[in-house]
Amino acid sequence: MSTGSNLEKVLKSGAFAVTSECGPPRGADPEVVKKKGAFLKGYIDAVNVTDNQTSVARMSSLAGSLILKNMGFDPVMQMVCRDRNRIAIQSDILGAASLGVNNLLCLSGDHQSFGDHPGAKNVFDIDSMQLIQTVKRMRDEGKFISGDEVKGRPNIFIGCAENPFGDPFEIRAMRLAKKAAAGAEFVQTQCVFNVDKFEKWMEMVRDLGVHEKMYILAGITPYKSIGMANYMKKSVPGMDVPDEHIERLRSVPKEKVAEEGIAICLEIIERVKNIKGVAGIHIMAIEWEEKVAEIVKAAGLFPRPEI
Amino acid sequence: MIVANRKPFEEIIEMLKPYSKILLLGCNECVTVCATGGAKEVSVLASEIRLFRQKEGQPVEIKELTLERNCDTEYVESLKPAINDYEVAISMACGCGIQFVGEHYRDKLVLPAVDTTFYGVAEEQGVWTERCQGCGACVLDKTLGICPVTRCAKSIFNGPCGGSQGGKCEVNKETPCAWQLIVDRYKEMNMLEKYLEIQPMKNWSTSRDGGPRKRVREDLKL
Ligand code: SF4
Ligand code: SF4
Repeated sequence: MSTGSNLEKVLKSGAFAVTSECGPPRGADPEVVKKKGAFLKGYIDAVNVTDNQTSVARMSSLAGSLILKNMGFDPVMQMVCRDRNRIAIQSDILGAASLGVNNLLCLSGDHQSFGDHPGAKNVFDIDSMQLIQTVKRMRDEGKFISGDEVKGRPNIFIGCAENPFGDPFEIRAMRLAKKAAAGAEFVQTQCVFNVDKFEKWMEMVRDLGVHEKMYILAGITPYKSIGMANYMKKSVPGMDVPDEHIERLRSVPKEKVAEEGIAICLEIIERVKNIKGVAGIHIMAIEWEEKVAEIVKAAGLFPRPEI
Repeated sequence: MIVANRKPFEEIIEMLKPYSKILLLGCNECVTVCATGGAKEVSVLASEIRLFRQKEGQPVEIKELTLERNCDTEYVESLKPAINDYEVAISMACGCGIQFVGEHYRDKLVLPAVDTTFYGVAEEQGVWTERCQGCGACVLDKTLGICPVTRCAKSIFNGPCGGSQGGKCEVNKETPCAWQLIVDRYKEMNMLEKYLEIQPMKNWSTSRDGGPRKRVREDLKL
């Protein structure tokens, strides 16, 4: 069965997919979302809308998804298990589907201690694996978790995330296999900087046949500055930033650092494009949305397919 | 055991400000073992309060009393003669004991001198760590003896999350990632294929989410 998702259509057509993301603002102004969206328009197949990322309170991912949908995007609404119990989760799935949001990305969510409300109570009633199962069950069996009937099934393309650079490494491919078995149809990975390690992970993924069960989009993030690269290396859990990248950024004059960052990013894209089983990329240009078009064009991924 | 920490002295002093005749309670069980609220700690706190109040020119009379248990009616009732002689009671027992004494002596306030934190173990001398949250439906058989509810910061059943790195939890570089421990244990027991099983959603109604819990053993009732 097909959903109305453009991302699904592109992936099923066999084209190499490109997605990116848009973090909603810390306020109620829709123009902020529209402005970020304008940078991306025409260059991507679907746009992720983050859900209170890094546990900082923001405009909801559902509202952001709707604003972008109205601009003609195919939104991928992100949903974390940190802030909602199973009642709210199912309610938001139905709400999103009713408004024409066709993709959902199922996440555990960063711990609240990272954000601006470290004193918040977390929920984690169910985890990301069980969230995937929940969407699938509502969609394919028309059942709530309780077993009651869903009248009007949410027709949603189901996504998840996985971190090939998280530990323990040896179960990271197995964990993706679990997510595929739970019902995930696509995955967007954590930012790939260490391509050698990513290749190893993909090999394990292929050994388990997971690349034939779901579409794999490699996460891509351009380095904007040396400070940002260092921050990701040292302070973001589960990120693998090779020293050689930081050295490369350091080796160029200050005004050329951003350019070098984009060059590294393009090299990474070129390599992941050639890895068997990689079906697309997910560009996370953190507070640098204006660079996405340039990256997509320079990577030879423009124009995007019209399906 | 139930692990507790003594509250900051200033907080204790502030609570006791209006009173000059104080009953200071301890407990011989968990809080003794975790060196927080046994007879010894009761005596130390009593001396500190006396000294402080002496210096402030507001001397206090403190009676120190450490019960065998504060969570058993039999022992709590033994307070009867003593408690009436004091204006207030302050307790170094766990949160259960503090409440239970209060329930028995309704004309007295029973103040907390400790923050009750968790059910844990003494990993080494002077180090206690959490192990169980009393969720009411134990899954230690499935996770080979490591509790995901308590020891994973997100209580996830199909971990590890993306933040697990170098064996540590994303929340704190000092805390082991529960799911790293679980995976290590699967390997140790040659059961790694078990990892592929998707753990079902937990029914939280047996835990605190179902409301305060009660256990009745008809055969033991008098
Ligand atoms: S599963 Fe529940 S009962 Fe078992 S150790 Fe964990 S919290 Fe305690
Ligand atoms: S790092 Fe490990 S213990 Fe910490 S939240 Fe993630 S899975 Fe749980």
